[in-house]
Formats: sequence, C-alpha cells, structure tokens
Amino acid sequence: MIRVTRRYNFSASHRLHSPRLTERQNREIYGKCNNPHGHGHNYVLEVSVRGPVDPFSGLAVDVAALDRLVQTQILSHFHLRDMNRDVPEFEGLVPTSENLALVVKERLQRAWAQEFRGEWPVLEKVRIQETPRNIFEVFVPVESRTVQDQTAGREFVSKS
Amino acid sequence: MFITRKVEFSASHVCARPDLTPEQNQALYGDASRPHGHGHNYVLEVTLEGEPDPVTGMVMDLKELKEILNREVVDPMDHRFLNLEVPPFDRVVPTTENLAIEIFRRLEPKIKSRAARLHAVRLYETEDLYVDYFGEKI
Repeated sequence: MIRVTRRYNFSASHRLHSPRLTERQNREIYGKCNNPHGHGHNYVLEVSVRGPVDPFSGLAVDVAALDRLVQTQILSHFHLRDMNRDVPEFEGLVPTSENLALVVKERLQRAWAQEFRGEWPVLEKVRIQETPRNIFEVFVPVESRTVQDQTAGREFVSKS
Repeated sequence: MFITRKVEFSASHVCARPDLTPEQNQALYGDASRPHGHGHNYVLEVTLEGEPDPVTGMVMDLKELKEILNREVVDPMDHRFLNLEVPPFDRVVPTTENLAIEIFRRLEPKIKSRAARLHAVRLYETEDLYVDYFGEKI
C-alpha cells in the first residue's frame, strides 16, 4: 500500500461573514477577512490517494485520471472565482478554509467513481494551504473509504 | 519520536514495459514512456522512529544516517539512468511508486541494526507529485 499525493494551485476570493452574527460580531471574529468587498488567496491544494501498487504497471493511481477529476470538480469551479458567489456550497456556508477543505473532499468523493471504478485507489486526504502560514487538512475516515466504493454514484453523506 | 532527513538526487528514467507496444505504453504512462528517457530532481525524505538514547540524546546519529543514505541511494542513483544502471529497474518499471519501495527496501535493513526503525520514505518526483511508503504494513 502506498500513498500518492498530487499538488494543484488555484486562486480565488472570499469574504468571511456569517448571517447568523451581527455586523459587529462578524468584524470582531473575522477581522480583516470580513472586509465587505472580499479578498483573495493563491490556494495550494494537495490531494492524497491510497492504494496498492499494481504489479503490472508499477502504478498505484492513474495521475492523469486524478488530474481530470480535480480539474472538472474543483479547479474549473474555483480558479479565478469568488467563492461566496460562484460556488453553490457557500450559499449559507462561510468559505473558511476549514469549510473549503470539506467541500473539496465531498466533491471529490461524490465524483470519484467517474474516474476510479475499482476498489482502489481511495481518497485519503485533502490539504488546503491558504497561505504558507495557514494549512488545513481533512482525512477520509477509514470506514467510509470502503462505503464510498459500495455507494459509488450515490450522494455521499459523510461529514467528517 | 520521528526524525526526518532529506536528500536530493537527479536521475533519468523511462516508464515503459518491454512487452507492450509504444502505443500501449503511451496509453499507460503518457509521455513518461518516451524511449530515450527524461529526468527529475528527486527529493527523498526519510523518517525514522525511535526514542532518544539516554546517553547521547539522539534517536540516531544523523551523520551515520547521512552516510547510509549516500551509500544506498545517492551514490548509486545520482546522475544515473535508472533503467540501465540501477537494478532492479532493468526489469522493474521505475515509477515513483516502485522507486520509493526500492529505496525503502535498501534502507530498512541498514537502519534496523541501529536503535531506530525506518518509519517512512517520501519521494518527490516533482514538487507537485510525491509518494509516501510505510513498508509492508498498511
């Protein structure tokens, strides 16, 4: 078993503002990130997958297939976009990098079977670097990695 | 406790199986199957697990680890064409996955004789693609 990690870049803007908080609370909690006109980052996304090395090809993952999946599910929707207004998941969800990592994970899990139809490889981790000082990682729980294969094509509901 | 040491080496390779046609190899490995090869600046991170020795305060003498890395990995692989010059890649396709596994196999017995244990190797083929191998354990 081996883990393969691929790194991608995208640039996007966001504004951290919760409708459940007052204007003053938003300013206090989110500080400069609450600027009404938003601001942007050069995000670095790392996607880690796990699987056995195929003895014939010597490969654990078809990197071209992973690139296609990330391009169609993530980069084409996030790169050079305003996440609050252009990404439907962030209607009613604050686009913190915590939530961004979860959204990216769920998008990849939901579409996984479009590129990976077998038991392996499985999605293991999504890592978002908002700036070189702020890094967010979310792991796919081991038990749901197999559920994901059994429910391929159906809505994936894990929130962890 | 984990300690990690990093080394770099540059090598060329071809990802292709001799029993496949050029078209089949292109479908499987893409441009990495071009017959004359291409190179990478590989970056290897080796992580050991162990407890600090009560006398020296060290998990392992890093100078000794550096010598092992040079002897087992850098000297035989740096500025080499892996397929032609570094067994077993005369018969095993030198994908990043297989190269990481081979490096782990070379290092594990050399480190085992010390107090530390080889936990993982991380091999960067480029800044944007790397693999982690933890040995036979899952």
